[in-house]
Amino acid sequence: MAQESELNFKATELRLGLPGTDECEDMISSVKNNNKRSLSETVEDNASKDITSPETPPAPKAQIIGWPPVRSYRKNNLQTKKTESETGIFVKVSMDGAPYLRKIDLKIYNGYAELLKALETMFKFTIGEYSEREGYKGSEYAPAYEDKDGDLMLVGDVPWNMFMTSCKKLRIMKGSEARGLGCGV
Amino acid sequence: MGYSFPEEALEHVLWFLSSDRDRNSVSLVCKSWYEIERWCRRRVFVGNCYAVTPEIVIRRFPEVRALEMKGKPHFADFNLVPEGWGAYVYPWISAMSVAYPWLEEIKLKRMVVTDESLELISKSFKNFRVLVLSSCEGFTTDGLASIAANCSNLRELDLRESEVEDLSGHWLSHFPDSYTSLVSLNMSCLGSEVSFSALERLVARCPNLRTLRLNRAVPLEKLPNLLRRAPQLVELGTGAYSAEIRSDIYSNLAEAFSFCKQLKGLSGFWDAVPAYLPAMNSVCSGLTSLNLSYATIQCPDLTKLVSQCHSLQRLWVLDYIEDSGLEALSASCKDLQELRVFPSDPFGAEPNVFLTEQGLVSVSEGCPKLQSVLYFCRQMTNAALITIAKNRPNMIRFRLCIIEPQVPDYLTLEPLDTGFGAIVKSCKELRRLSMSGLLTDRVFDYIGTHAKKLEMLSIAFAGDSDLGLHHVLSGCDSLRKLEIRDCPFGDKALLANAAKLETMRSLWMSSCSVSYGACKLLGQKMPRLNVEVIDERGPPDSRPESCPVEKLYVYRTVGGRRIDMPGYVWTMDEDSTIEFS
Repeated sequence: MAQESELNFKATELRLGLPGTDECEDMISSVKNNNKRSLSETVEDNASKDITSPETPPAPKAQIIGWPPVRSYRKNNLQTKKTESETGIFVKVSMDGAPYLRKIDLKIYNGYAELLKALETMFKFTIGEYSEREGYKGSEYAPAYEDKDGDLMLVGDVPWNMFMTSCKKLRIMKGSEARGLGCGV
Repeated sequence: MGYSFPEEALEHVLWFLSSDRDRNSVSLVCKSWYEIERWCRRRVFVGNCYAVTPEIVIRRFPEVRALEMKGKPHFADFNLVPEGWGAYVYPWISAMSVAYPWLEEIKLKRMVVTDESLELISKSFKNFRVLVLSSCEGFTTDGLASIAANCSNLRELDLRESEVEDLSGHWLSHFPDSYTSLVSLNMSCLGSEVSFSALERLVARCPNLRTLRLNRAVPLEKLPNLLRRAPQLVELGTGAYSAEIRSDIYSNLAEAFSFCKQLKGLSGFWDAVPAYLPAMNSVCSGLTSLNLSYATIQCPDLTKLVSQCHSLQRLWVLDYIEDSGLEALSASCKDLQELRVFPSDPFGAEPNVFLTEQGLVSVSEGCPKLQSVLYFCRQMTNAALITIAKNRPNMIRFRLCIIEPQVPDYLTLEPLDTGFGAIVKSCKELRRLSMSGLLTDRVFDYIGTHAKKLEMLSIAFAGDSDLGLHHVLSGCDSLRKLEIRDCPFGDKALLANAAKLETMRSLWMSSCSVSYGACKLLGQKMPRLNVEVIDERGPPDSRPESCPVEKLYVYRTVGGRRIDMPGYVWTMDEDSTIEFS
């Protein structure tokens, strides 16, 4: 019993250690004399091949060929759903006076605060403080975005999720134009 | 004291015998009964296309009208059988095109069908009526165009789960305007969009249409157009079940559904949007079959829908249904016979839904007619299995897949031997069993002792030694198909039970411990078995005899060794020699 659980532990170790690449499937399903022996032998193989290195973060579970027994067309059907939810929302960011644009993934930010912080770092400037009445006060910059209708809007007025889905392009405005967007002078 | 039973009388009696087993028994009575029977057999079922040759079938049964045949082993569904393994239907079509000009039906499963074969079918059989290609591959939509263009008496075209090279949707337009005999069309596996107007006109001019399974590309907004032209439909597979949320689309759909008073089965539902589910309300109470296994809708919408289907006999669904949905199912659907729960995230490391062993226990408690189960989950206990066994001694098919291999009872940390043991002990009519989780040789002892009606057994990552395999081969009297992967079963049990293999259709063993030497010995000892070694590492001769083979497929045959094997398959013949090193 103890041996069984030990071997199971080794089996778990094996899966955590291996990166989720196709070559690993061959390792796991490679034929050995005894099923349990095969798992531990494979662990040794991996150790000698240096695939499991202590520095690498725990990798996703290595996939065994044909397991779980789900047919390809079912897997593919779910796959497309997954990638849709995993792709980012990339938008261009321009700054008045900057020589080139940048691109950011809106999905990685949890809200306006994080987004603005990131923009400040990226373009090396400071954004003023936001208020509904006066926009961004205390700086000559104002973050704006182009929405689905093509209108230039001030960042921060609508709920974050609504902003994420309606934002097409970001523009950091400077100077008198920025003031026109509502920051008090 | 002889008397002669008039042949015509016997033939008249045999007319009523449809079961192959009964007809086979009749054939064994005496030579004249054998002769009479073989001339009037109209339907032939070949469970393994390599068990017999076209010539042998044609010679024995000269007047066949319907052929049903299966090719690749079941594990081919999970990519365990390499490309090019075989199961080509062309030689059969070619031989039958000459011998059976009046052939009406061809039903194939897991076979390779080419466009050439389809064209030959369409041109050779004037009264061709039924083509069912289940999990087949090798053809394109051009082949379908031949069928559509030439088979003027076609009733059924069913491509279920086949892999079709989709060149375009144009094939459907090849049905001529004069063609009106369609009864059943299943094109759900196709990707391309067909001409909607051609589809509409086809549906409108075929008054006997009973089954229509559309593909994903047919938009939901257009579904009412088809339903209005075919309110007599009994089975419908929708296309994508999503559209912009608009009240006109909704009311159009709801009204169209309300005209379909005969609807018993529904499937499709790709990309299903909860807002459109209530449009189906008028048909729910009459549904006996519901396939939601492509619908990514979650509870509570899913639960609400299923709870309305009081007449449901068969439900296929994703694990989004969760334990709570299954409990609702068990309360609402007392006629349920078959339940399949598929995993929404089979490769995720962590569970993404709240579906446990409890869901299955609820259904086993609440649904007295439940007899067929396929259940993917992430945890199980012996106690749950024992309860299920006690609740449902009428179980016929029980397939449990615990996603992580070799996982024990999560409460006691013991193997699941006693749980599965309870299943085989209690369910005396069990015909099919698939197991998973941590299992020792003990479970095989239970199976060999109790599972006397078991016909198909699937084993993975289980057992400790050859004793496990020996229990199964020596104990399971009704066993026909045995498929095993990644188990420590070797030479001893296999060779000791060689004779058993002739009583079965086939045995599959992959990533086990069967040596090349044992395979050769088996092939030598048993001339009526084809012992095929599948090994992509190169010729087994290039390795020591004690080296285990990658994959082994053994099947009984009267057709001799096959001649269409790819380079990585070797047949172990009577004349293969064994070296003793």
